Amino acid sequence: MTASTVPTSLPQTAPGLLVRGLTTTFDTSRGVAIAAADVDFDVAPGEVVGLVGESGSGKSVTLRSIMRLIREPGKVTGRVEWGGRDLVAMPAEELRRVRGGEIAMIFQEPMTALNPVLPIGAQIEENLVAHTDLNRRQRRERALELMNIVGIPAPERRLDEYPHQFSGGMRQRAMIAIALACSPKLLLADEPTTALDVTIQDQILKLLLDLRDRMAMSVVLVTHDLGVVAATCDRMAVMYAGRIVETGTVADVFACPNHPYTRGLLGSVPRSGQSRTMLQSIDGTPPNLTDLPDGCAFHPRCSFATEICLKQRPPLDLVGTDGRRAACHHHERVAAAEPIL
Amino acid sequence: MPLFSFVIRRLLQMIPTVIFILVVTFVLVRMLPGDPASAMLGDRARDADVNRINHELGLDQPLIVQFFYFAERVVTGDLGNSIGLKVSVASLIADRLPVTLMLTVMSAVIALVLSVPLAFVAAMKREKLADSVIRGTFQVGLSMPVFYVGIILLTVFAAQWKLFPVGGYGTTLPDKLYHLFLPALTLALSFAAVLMRNLRASIINVMNAEYVDFAIAKGLRSRVIMIKHILRNALISTVTLFGLQIGTLFGGAVITETVFAVPGAGRLLIDSIYGRDYPVLQGLTISLAVLVSLTFLVTDILQAWLDPRIAR
Ligand SMILES: Nc1ncnc2c1ncn2[C@@H]1O[C@H](COP(=O)(O)OP(=O)(O)OP(=O)(O)O)[C@@H](O)[C@H]1O
Ligand SMILES: [Mg+2]
Repeated sequence: MTASTVPTSLPQTAPGLLVRGLTTTFDTSRGVAIAAADVDFDVAPGEVVGLVGESGSGKSVTLRSIMRLIREPGKVTGRVEWGGRDLVAMPAEELRRVRGGEIAMIFQEPMTALNPVLPIGAQIEENLVAHTDLNRRQRRERALELMNIVGIPAPERRLDEYPHQFSGGMRQRAMIAIALACSPKLLLADEPTTALDVTIQDQILKLLLDLRDRMAMSVVLVTHDLGVVAATCDRMAVMYAGRIVETGTVADVFACPNHPYTRGLLGSVPRSGQSRTMLQSIDGTPPNLTDLPDGCAFHPRCSFATEICLKQRPPLDLVGTDGRRAACHHHERVAAAEPIL
Repeated sequence: MPLFSFVIRRLLQMIPTVIFILVVTFVLVRMLPGDPASAMLGDRARDADVNRINHELGLDQPLIVQFFYFAERVVTGDLGNSIGLKVSVASLIADRLPVTLMLTVMSAVIALVLSVPLAFVAAMKREKLADSVIRGTFQVGLSMPVFYVGIILLTVFAAQWKLFPVGGYGTTLPDKLYHLFLPALTLALSFAAVLMRNLRASIINVMNAEYVDFAIAKGLRSRVIMIKHILRNALISTVTLFGLQIGTLFGGAVITETVFAVPGAGRLLIDSIYGRDYPVLQGLTISLAVLVSLTFLVTDILQAWLDPRIAR
């Protein structure tokens, strides 16, 4: 199921991304919203990690916090280690070189993330200006090459066109071309294929996997689509109300979910795992981030909940080998429940 | 090339505008109470003299006849002769309009130089001390009438400190710029205040756009982000305002020229109103109107260049 040839557990000194206790809060008129809480995860070189969860669970906020893109009145605490350096405390110029050069991000909404008044070519080339010494001609060549890589037809002409002249799918590809411009070591991809039809989606995901293999690029892939996770990711993390509630290799998590929320998500995927169904919502609604329930945030929607779930928040504990963790008081009961796949 | 056809289209659109201005000018001028003959001869003129002069000037003809006569000459480029000054209106305008033009261009440049960097600082330091000081100062400038600002500047910088001439106009270009500096500054202050306020709001708006976050995520240098991503987008709405304000700026130039005794079109305009000098008045109004239309065209082109979504 997973195409990984890379070891999935690594010593602490290995290069890669190490996120520890990442917490992002926003002061809103209705109180403090905790959009990401105590998020821990690692991404090893060449590894593809899927980040899944319902809308509003904090996936985009987590990626933005890693890139230090959260603005006032948002506050970010915790540690984001990249190749042994802490991004959260890094000086501005050093951070600038990491952004776009070593770590690139694909935004969720290409329509608003592309500058409407600059040609696509210019938006690719300015990355190269910021991070390489390529001259004008070489930059143009690289831009053309990138347009070919992501499969935009007639790239010569398209480089001089503006975002509004591109269709949704083409904009998405242009966005990916921009992110890949400087051959980053880590790609934070926020739903990179949501706007695309299935064939193009497959091409793009293949492309990402190919780059992973050739350049040992790591990917954090945010998606709603568990089919995509099954087909492309080595490991996955499930988010609920700003917290990671379960993480492990894709094979392990799919085979035997340890958290009732994961179980609910997987319940909506057909047995073959081939068809791409969107995450089906579980009964009930996600909690209000400014007024989270006591104990486990999932308990109001949980069929396994007992007294303790209302009082005590379950920690994200190891529940197996290969970095398998789950945050549920009753993970054993959940794991032992009748299989859903 | 889309921009080229865009310019042609806009030039063609100017034709009905100019025709409309021609009619309005002609009518407005004749709606002024009094007539050139009375203005020339004074209060004690005899009716017979007034009638004779009006006949010589063709002003006893029916209005519609006068209009076609006037329109025919304008189309051939002949604006007639001044009634009071006995010289051709064209030569008068050629003499005076460049002075006003230089004054407005200078004040537009000063306004931009003042407002763009300050709007940036105010937007970046939003709701902080620098923002309040900048906005407060401009607010004071905005609430004072142009002639009052002019008189203050004149008193302080020209009369007391003798840094600038009290009035008039030079002969060489540097001398002219030197003479026009205070009037241009006077004119620029309220203009700069309007631009600053608009640009500040626009920058704040653009700074929150996703594409600015994306530009940061791309690791671009902050100078590039500010100029290519923030300022470029923020200027789109300010350029529109700039164009709309040019007309006001010409209006302000009339007052400023009077305060600083600058021999420009503004002074000529006022003199021709007092003298009921219809040909001069008509000629000037048309020239100013064409000039303002051309400025609109330039701002439209500028805007199409700034925002590629327009020129299509
Ligand atoms: N600037 C902000 N100010 C206040 N709240 C914010 C801000 N940005 C995000 N949030 C809140 O944080 C929560 C998480 O948002 P986020 O965009 O990370 O969700 P997501 O998991 O990416 O959802 P989706 O799948 O819809 O993209 C949301 O409730 C959102 O309202
Ligand atoms: Mg999102």
